[in-house]
Amino acid sequence: MPVETTKSNKVQDVVNAAIDRHGATRDELIPILNQVNQALGYLPAEALNEISQRLKEPRSSLLGVASFYHMLSTKPRGRHVIQFCESAPCHVVGGREVWEALQEELTLAPDETSPDGKWTLITTSCLGICGVGPVIIIDEDVYGNLTADKVPDILARYS
Amino acid sequence: MSTIKSLDDLSRIREEVLEKHKAKAAAGQIEVIVGMGTCGIAAGARDTMKAIQEDIQNNHRVGIIVKEAGCIGLCEKEPIVQVVIGDRPVVNYGKVTPGVARQILADHVAGGKIVKNHVIIL
Amino acid sequence: MKTFRSMVLVSSDPISMKRGAQDVFDRLQAEIKAYGLDEEVSLAMIGDVGRHDALPLVIVYPEAAVYGPVNAEDIHLLVDEHLYKGRIAVDLQASNRELSGKIAWLNTRKGTLPAEQRIVLRRAGIIDPTNIEDYILHDGYTALGKALTESTPIQVIDEIKKSGLRGRGGAGFPTGTKWGFVAKEKSVKKYVICNADESEPGTFKDRLILEGDPHSIIEALALAAYAVGADEGYVYIRGEYTLAQERLKLAILQAKEMGFLGQNIFGTAFNFDLHVHSGAGAYICGEETALLESIEGKRGQPRTRPPFPTTHGLFGKPTLVNNVETLANVPPILLNGATWYRSFGTPSSPGTKVYTILGNVNVTGLIEVPMGITLREVIAIYAKGMKGGENFKMAQTGGSSGSIIPASLQDTPMDFDSFGKAGVALGSGALLICNEDTCVVDLAKVLLNFFRTESCGKCFPCRIGTQRAWEMLDAIASGRATLKTLDQLMDLSVNLYNLSNCGLGQTAGTPIKDILTYFRAEVEAHIRLGVCPAGVCNTKEAVH
Repeated sequence: MPVETTKSNKVQDVVNAAIDRHGATRDELIPILNQVNQALGYLPAEALNEISQRLKEPRSSLLGVASFYHMLSTKPRGRHVIQFCESAPCHVVGGREVWEALQEELTLAPDETSPDGKWTLITTSCLGICGVGPVIIIDEDVYGNLTADKVPDILARYS
Repeated sequence: MSTIKSLDDLSRIREEVLEKHKAKAAAGQIEVIVGMGTCGIAAGARDTMKAIQEDIQNNHRVGIIVKEAGCIGLCEKEPIVQVVIGDRPVVNYGKVTPGVARQILADHVAGGKIVKNHVIIL
Repeated sequence: MKTFRSMVLVSSDPISMKRGAQDVFDRLQAEIKAYGLDEEVSLAMIGDVGRHDALPLVIVYPEAAVYGPVNAEDIHLLVDEHLYKGRIAVDLQASNRELSGKIAWLNTRKGTLPAEQRIVLRRAGIIDPTNIEDYILHDGYTALGKALTESTPIQVIDEIKKSGLRGRGGAGFPTGTKWGFVAKEKSVKKYVICNADESEPGTFKDRLILEGDPHSIIEALALAAYAVGADEGYVYIRGEYTLAQERLKLAILQAKEMGFLGQNIFGTAFNFDLHVHSGAGAYICGEETALLESIEGKRGQPRTRPPFPTTHGLFGKPTLVNNVETLANVPPILLNGATWYRSFGTPSSPGTKVYTILGNVNVTGLIEVPMGITLREVIAIYAKGMKGGENFKMAQTGGSSGSIIPASLQDTPMDFDSFGKAGVALGSGALLICNEDTCVVDLAKVLLNFFRTESCGKCFPCRIGTQRAWEMLDAIASGRATLKTLDQLMDLSVNLYNLSNCGLGQTAGTPIKDILTYFRAEVEAHIRLGVCPAGVCNTKEAVH
């Protein structure tokens, strides 16, 4: 199937680029996984297979690492990833209301992707931007000083 | 810039930089500095920065250097913008929205009149 | 709550009481009334403020003027000068020397903001972090040049030891001693590492330093490497701090170009190479042995100690791991000397501390002040009071692994020893200030949710204990618990402390212990009365 081949090629290219940049050693594993995850949006099984072969490390061990770190995902994610900070500093200054507003707009459970593939909602621990809390990050954009009524407008900026 | 091989090299470079700064100040150079730490950005510093750059282009303002700095820890007042004109005292502005930024450029940078209600004293 | 323009506090520890604090208080009350100021000035007694040399003390906010020792005869002058005429009664002030808490300096104000003492943040937000010239202009790399050309590694370590600098990551271990441990190891290869995995909720001081003054960390690491005999270093930055990573990488390139990194630095035999290593989202990697595992490309699970990283660290080699804020103190100490550094803070905790102020206050943000300031001072002076004039109920200090401290402890000086004695953790310096709308059960639930999410899963007390603790708190919050649950919860917090392998599990029980110690009635109200006094928890959830 030509479509599959294209996809595999892409995965292979991304993996190769990451390993070429960081080097094929175990201590570069996390930088490699970070780069692949960023390029593909997640770590597909074939990427882990490829890395396992190049680094000569067991696949189980790579999967152990990939599932340990929150910024890495072994599941496909939506086009836009919303990170909601659920730590105490955001929580006490109105984080709960923002969460409810997000729920009203999206009705997604934490770590769930919407059926249309547009949104993935993940909850995260403190992002270190507490001075302007409550905070969400959508893809790379940071939104601070959030209130429930700003949520619909912000979500509407993404297609 | 050359490689530094001794303390003397370092002092020499510092002197050079200092001279450069003095020359700039004497020439009345204008600097607009936007606090671009993550906090500042979360509070809208990128929009402020964009507004400043656009305003400079649109109004053909010349001789203004736009720079970025880290965050000084005054999250409440973000985005923060600093205006340095020659050797005059530095003026800091807090809660600078794109609108306020345009006002600062027009009134303060071009007109020499400080936008008082947004000044913060550090 | 009524808003007062001034707040007057009288120390009422046993020594103060013996020396006539009650008379002082009574006279203050009478004089304030006589001047017709009782609507504008609040008066209260406070407990032990930890400053025993000039008792009894009278402290007046918002100026934070400290008067002492004060006796009843002085009160007329004090009220007339300070509260009526609005100027500090200089003759009655306690001398700086006599105050172990060192807050008298606060009288000097800068602009409209209260003064800070910035050492590690002195350049952040002032210089252009992308321009090495700016750093050099502000004394950058001078400490390194001087140390390399004029001091031996042992002299550098001695100076750090003399300064009394203690680790700012939370534990407060003496930095010079740690450096000494690594220096005495005989090994051809050693590493120095900067721990920038700042993930303690409410803390972003390290990010500010890295984003605003990245060269200071490069210089500090080079100094540390020279002192302990290392030639390679890492900065482990949490994956979420992308801007800090970019800025540091750029700074490293610039430093290499100018010869502050690489071979024969400052024309000496000292070589040093530095890498940036990004994390990938795991709170536990701030634990130093988990951090080492992570750099080696593994799951960030803490190692069993001993051996300690100072002997068996990264790739099994002797390794020095220091926090960003700790390192940022190093160049100024070496440039200005240990004696200068000791002029700030308290004798056992010299220097400054960076605090992040968050929560229900008027001004949030970040301050750097001498060690030994009190929470009341932080709220009154820097945070400009509680938002909407509400009452201060409690503070969560030091991030999730810190303590929940009630209003009654707000006069404890914030330094390692005073906090230790009060059984409170200073931690990372995050201060989450909460008003009475915050429910202690709800807060503890949020904290335990954090721990159960971030537990690495290696040891069972933490892996299972944090989950069970969260379930019990959830039961209390939703009205499904009994009083027996509280006993089980207390037991669990003790077990978490005693049995967990690392700091995460050991401190996970702290919020539980704290709320059951200081706010037991509020917790019990959820069970006995089925109501949440703060109106946050839905205790009727179980019915539906």
